[in-house]
Order: sequence, then structure tokens, then C-alpha cells
Amino acid sequence: MNSLHICGGRVIDPASGRNELADLLVLDGVIASIVPTGSAAPALPQGIRHIDASGLIVSPGFIDLHVSLREPGHEEDECTATGTAAALAGGFTTIAAQSDTSPVVDSRSAAEFIRLQADRARHCRVVPLGAVTKGHRGEELAEIGQLVLGGAVGFSDAGHPVANAEVMRRALEYTRMFDRPILHLAIVPELAEGGVMHEGVQSTRLGLRGIPAAAQDIMTGRDLALAELTGGRIHLMCVSTRDSVNRIRLARLQGLPVTADVTPHHLLLTDDVMQSFDPMFKCTPPLRSRDHIDSLISGLRDGTITAISSDHQPRALEKKQVELDAAPSGICGLETALSVCTKALIHPGHLSWTQLLYLLTAGPAEILGLDAGTLQIGRPADITLFDPNATWIVDSTHFLSRSRNTPFHGMSLPAKVRAAIIGGEIRYQYPQTPLAIT
Amino acid sequence: MIAAHPGSTRHRERSQACGRCQSAVALRLQICSFTARGDLRRHPQVVIPRRPHLSEFSTPDLQPNACRDKFAGNFNSDLLPKANGIPMELADLAAIGPWGHQHLLDLEKLTAAQLTTVLDLADQLSDATAGGRGRLDLLKGIVVANLFFENSTRTRTSFSLAARRLGADTVDFSPGSSSLSKGETFIDTAMTIEAMGIDLVVCRHRTPGAPHLLARQLRAGVLNAGDGTHEHPTQGLLDIYTIRRHRGRIAGLTVALVGDIRHSRVARSNIHGLVKLGARVIVCGPSTLVPQEIRQLGVEVAWNLDEILPEVDCVNLLRVQFERQRGAFFPSIAEYATLFGMNAERIRRARPELLVLAPGPINRGVELTPDVADGPHSVILDQVSNGLLIRMACLSLLVRERQLQGASR
Repeated sequence: MNSLHICGGRVIDPASGRNELADLLVLDGVIASIVPTGSAAPALPQGIRHIDASGLIVSPGFIDLHVSLREPGHEEDECTATGTAAALAGGFTTIAAQSDTSPVVDSRSAAEFIRLQADRARHCRVVPLGAVTKGHRGEELAEIGQLVLGGAVGFSDAGHPVANAEVMRRALEYTRMFDRPILHLAIVPELAEGGVMHEGVQSTRLGLRGIPAAAQDIMTGRDLALAELTGGRIHLMCVSTRDSVNRIRLARLQGLPVTADVTPHHLLLTDDVMQSFDPMFKCTPPLRSRDHIDSLISGLRDGTITAISSDHQPRALEKKQVELDAAPSGICGLETALSVCTKALIHPGHLSWTQLLYLLTAGPAEILGLDAGTLQIGRPADITLFDPNATWIVDSTHFLSRSRNTPFHGMSLPAKVRAAIIGGEIRYQYPQTPLAIT
Repeated sequence: MIAAHPGSTRHRERSQACGRCQSAVALRLQICSFTARGDLRRHPQVVIPRRPHLSEFSTPDLQPNACRDKFAGNFNSDLLPKANGIPMELADLAAIGPWGHQHLLDLEKLTAAQLTTVLDLADQLSDATAGGRGRLDLLKGIVVANLFFENSTRTRTSFSLAARRLGADTVDFSPGSSSLSKGETFIDTAMTIEAMGIDLVVCRHRTPGAPHLLARQLRAGVLNAGDGTHEHPTQGLLDIYTIRRHRGRIAGLTVALVGDIRHSRVARSNIHGLVKLGARVIVCGPSTLVPQEIRQLGVEVAWNLDEILPEVDCVNLLRVQFERQRGAFFPSIAEYATLFGMNAERIRRARPELLVLAPGPINRGVELTPDVADGPHSVILDQVSNGLLIRMACLSLLVRERQLQGASR
């Protein structure tokens, strides 16, 4: 069981530097061998299934650093079963579940419930993130040690920045004991309050309350100073501004324990889209202007930013079909992440496939210390197959996620995930073009 | 046809009901420049250039005597004023300039030619209705819903009156008494009201873009009556119209918008309209309320009112939007009034023909002192009467567009 022979695809494994047409053999859920296509095949067990992967890229399964599964408490947006199904459809074989459930994941039992629901759903692998502070209130530390025992791989107050510097300092010091990162949305709340978009020409034109880039720059600077002070590991989520990238670059050159990620939508969309006043474009931090995007891309190219996260934030349609200021932030991102990255990074020639896939696999695995994100002999066979040359029209009504809050509905996007394999088991296939399996 | 009074320096228009048919008819009276209250002004009034009347496209003469003559002579029902309005067809509006919009959401998307279409139509409607006092049947059978999700007295009244003067039916909606308080979304509320057979929705909302969302959801035409801090197109148009009526042109004039630019929908609509029509626009106010990026809309930024005042032909004093501000943007009202309030002393240093506009409601003693508000430079009440004409024009254009699109379908 769980044995596959994936033939003729381009195997790209950023962690080991492999990028060649190769046949990949999975035995009992583990990667057994990878040999260049056309060379002598190893001994195959009888009855093994062959997948014709010609024309496809065979990649380690993608890893997402922060995904909101919304269960328990917000099942109108998403539940573990739908969220993890959506993850597979997006090629993600491991996701870290954000702690913004209700109640928040600030106790061991809450963390274990996430894992239990994921086991029941049997889609992708799920590792929980625990809260930094009780109830995301930013006042007292959550039971971080208990959360580690419950399986938490990192800590985050999700959309609630830890505004109090003293609390963040203690959290960074305390998490050092467990060698787990704090994933922080670095935004100064007072500067962002009531804002619905990037502050700039467009916000001035549209009369919409803006969130200045400085709101992220200032908090990023504070976090970096605290990382230096404490030696704790800080991971900055959803970096969106030029100065944040510059500060992180400098800190990493100085050897500080800091990492960062960026979302696909912040790489493709500018604040110009807000001219539509469509709440589907509302996210935190807001979509920025072109010069900020260029800085994000340079940060990806030079290794300042080592991960891309979909920052999947499902929101029920009725919550988004309201006035812009009343609508919640968030974009349902799992199922479009690869395609949006391809359009934003591969097509303009900013990154190679190896570079992009690093940001989706080995990069995030390293940040969370996961034993995943690579195609090496003896490792669990978590594999994503996608067609880099496909084009598809996003139809949010076909999403496996329970929510449809995507700004890409109706857009033609490149690259389509064709299959997601967990431990040698094909858990997802793109129904419109199933794989050729013999 | 009423002849323009040769040599007159000013027209006043009055309506008078025809004794036989009850139709409102226009009388254009010559008023001596020095007897009309508004003419105790130091600056000379410019005669409004005469444009073709709407009535030139239709048959009835506006003079009461001519009307009576028709009743006395051969009875011709085509010439009979219908109901108590004047039988004017929307098709007559084909004679006016380019339009092409199903909704009026903002002035940013209008071209100079389209802006001029509205202003010219307002002129024609002014002539045809005796300055907005008479009635036309232009929009007979049309239902206009006033959906004011944010409180308003003057704009709602103005829209209602404009619709009724054109023969439309109006329904008013106020959020306090509605399902909104029961948790219904504003889009559902609008769709419910639309399902009752509404042709046009006039929408005011505290959130920028709310009318744009409605326009995507509804089949009815949507007219933005102010969306938060974004735009207030009819206010912008009526400000521009008021300037044009007094100055005869927009191009080449210098207009200062003073006050809370950041939170002002009136400022944005004025900027887009004035810049397209060729005016030089200066925005002036406390640096916290004048975003730097606004320069990219084609305006100049000034923080010192006294420095720019001598260059300015018109000053539009925007209300300080206390209710939209987050935190303190200036230290005190007294300081604001000192730096940016229009008072007699500043008027003395301004050009003698300065026009003072204020979109209202005005805070007397803050944006301007009472002597300025009621003084000879003030055209604040003209703005209100012109608002009626502008809204009549906008409603007519949207209904005509619906009919044109309906016909082409």
C-alpha cells in the first residue's frame, strides 16, 4: 500500500538542489528512490501504480505557515475538514493552523482539538499554532509550555498584534526555552485603527481611511530590537512594506533570529484595486503600492524573506457583502496561492521555479522546524504535482473551502495543482483533469 | 418666448400659476440691480449668457397669455399642458450634450463634456421651471427612492423636491425605522426597496463606495448623494454651477477649497470637476487635514490662507467634519477659526469680486463669521437653490440613459 511510481515529471526539490526529469518511487509512504527518467528503473513491486507525470512539476508538498481553520467557533467561515481539503487543492500538504478560533488556542486541550479534527478529516497534515497571550488580549502570556505539549509548533496572536512591548519581550524570552518562533503580525494598532487600505494617493482619491506603511515599519523595528534584546525567534508574518524588508534584511545580516513571510496577494495586487470599493480586496496588512511590491520581490530574491504563506482567512459571504468598513479583513488564499505566485513571480521572471518552490516548501519547514518540505530518500512522501503550463479561470463557487472571499474570482491564472500526495496516498486530484494512473 | 431684457443687469425668475390650466409658468422679471436684496453687492453682476431653452424643443409657450390664447382658440390637445406640468419629453433632452452613465457615483469618472452637459441642462431646467419653482412632467411615472443611510436634511429635501418638480414619485427611507436596525444588510434593504419597482435610488451612506456596491447589485440607477469621505457629486456640481452662474465660466478661475480636505467628500468632487473644467484649484487647511498626496489630483496645497487669498476668485469653506475625525487633527476650534476662518478682515484683503461658497451646514464662527455668511460675497443660499436644478438635471440624465439603454436592448 501507499506505493507509487511517479514517472516522467520534472522533479524539483529546492532543499537538495535537484531539478531534473526523473522517476520517483514511493514505497510504503516513504520516498525510496529518484532516478533520472530513462535510466534503469529500480526493482518495482508487483501491482504498483504508475503515474504519468510528464509535463508536470513534481515538488515536495507545500507548507503554509499560518492558515485560519476557524474551528471551533467560526464554522460559518470554515471548519477543519473544509480548510484542509482546500489546502490539498492548493498543493499544501502541511499547514500550521492559526490560533484565531473561538475560544482561541491558548490551552493544551484547544491545541489537541485542532489535531484531533485534522486526524478525523484525513486531508493534509495540520500542526497547531498556540496563542502568545491569553485570549489574544495581549496582556498575559498563554500557557506556552502546555501548548508545546499539545503539539504547538509556534506561537501567534494571529490578527492581533502584541502591542505591549513588555509582553512581547517576555514572550520572546519565554519561548526561547522551547525553541519555537513567535509569528507576529507587526502593525501598530493605533496607526491602523479604522483603516481599510494602504495610505497613499489611492486612499486620498477614494476618501478611504488609510493604513500607512509606517504602521508596519515601526512595529517591525520594535520586534527586531526585542529579538536582539532577548535572542528569541521572531517570525514576521505578511510583510508588506519597503522599509520592513530593509530592516529585516539588515537584521538577518547581523545574524538576528528573525524570519519573514509574504502572501501571494501582496505580491500581485496593488492598492489600485480598491477603486472598486470591493471588500474582497480588504486584507491586513492592506494591499500596497507598486514600489512596496518591488521591495517585497527583491526581499524574496535575496533571501530576506524565506517563505510565502497564503494567509488563508476564510470569511463567510454574508460578512463580506457589506460596507467596506464593516467587512472583515481576509482573503481565502489556499486554492489560488501557487497560481498567484506564478503570475506574480515566475511569469515576470523574478524567480525560478526552484526559488519559488523553496519559499513554499523548505523555507517554511525550516521556520517551523518541521521534518517536511523535501524529497529525500527515506522521508515521508508528501508530494505535490502541478502543471506549470495550465491556465484556469478561478471560480470561487468550486472552492473546497467553505468560504469564497477571493479577489481572484473570474480571473485567468496560470499553473494548476493536479494532485496532492500525503505519505504516498493520493489525497487530492484536480477533478477536471485527473492524472493518468496505470 | 420670453425675450431677454435688453440692457438688464440681472434676471430674477418667478413662477406664477396659470389661471386656467394650473401649470406653473415662468415669468422673467427685470429687477433693478439695486432693489433686489441679493444685489446690494459691491461687485457687478454678470448677465447670465442665454442658452437654448428646453421649451424651444417643445411646443407650449411659457407666457400665461399664450396659454390662455390656446384655450380660447383652436383646441389642440398636443399643445395642452398635461396635468399641472409642462408636456416635455425626455427625448427632448437628446438635444443636449454627451452623457452615457447609468449611475452617477462620482465626478472622477465624468469627462469635461459630461460635466458641462449637466451644467447646461441645469440652465435649461432653470429657464423651463422658473428657477426650479415650476413643475415639469419630465419624469412622470418614475419612482425615485431616497435611501439615506446617514442623516441628512438638506440633501434629502433637495432630491425629493427635485424629483417631484419633475413629476416623479418619491419614497423616503430612513434607517432608524427600517430593517437595518433588525440586522438586515444595507444591500438587502436596497434590493427589497428596488423590488417594489424603483427606477432610481438616491443613496447616502457613511461608507465610501457604498453606492458603488449598490450599483453592482441593483438594476436601478444609483445616484450618490454622498458616500462617507469619498465624493458628493451633486454637491460638487452645484458648487461649480453656482460659480459658473456668477462668473459665466470655470476655466481660468482660481478656486480655493478651505478646511478639512482629508475628510471632505465635497472637496473631492469639487477637485475632480473644477480641474477638468480648467480651473486652478488650491486646497488649504491644517496640514493634518490636507494629505500631501492630494497634489496628484492636480491641485496645489497651501497651509496659509492669507498667502493665497489675494489670488483667489472663489473660496469654498468646507465644514470641519468633527464626526468623521479620528483623534485630534488640530488643537482647538478657536485656533482653527483664527487660521482658516473667513472673517471680515480677510474679506477686506481678498479680491473685491470674491465669491464665498460653503456647502453647509455651516458652523458659524468656525469656518466663517456670520457677517461673511450673510454678506455680499456670500452665495451660500444660491448654492441651495442651484442644488435643486442640478439634482433635477442629474435625475433627468439618468432616467434618459435608462430609457436609451432599454430601447437598445
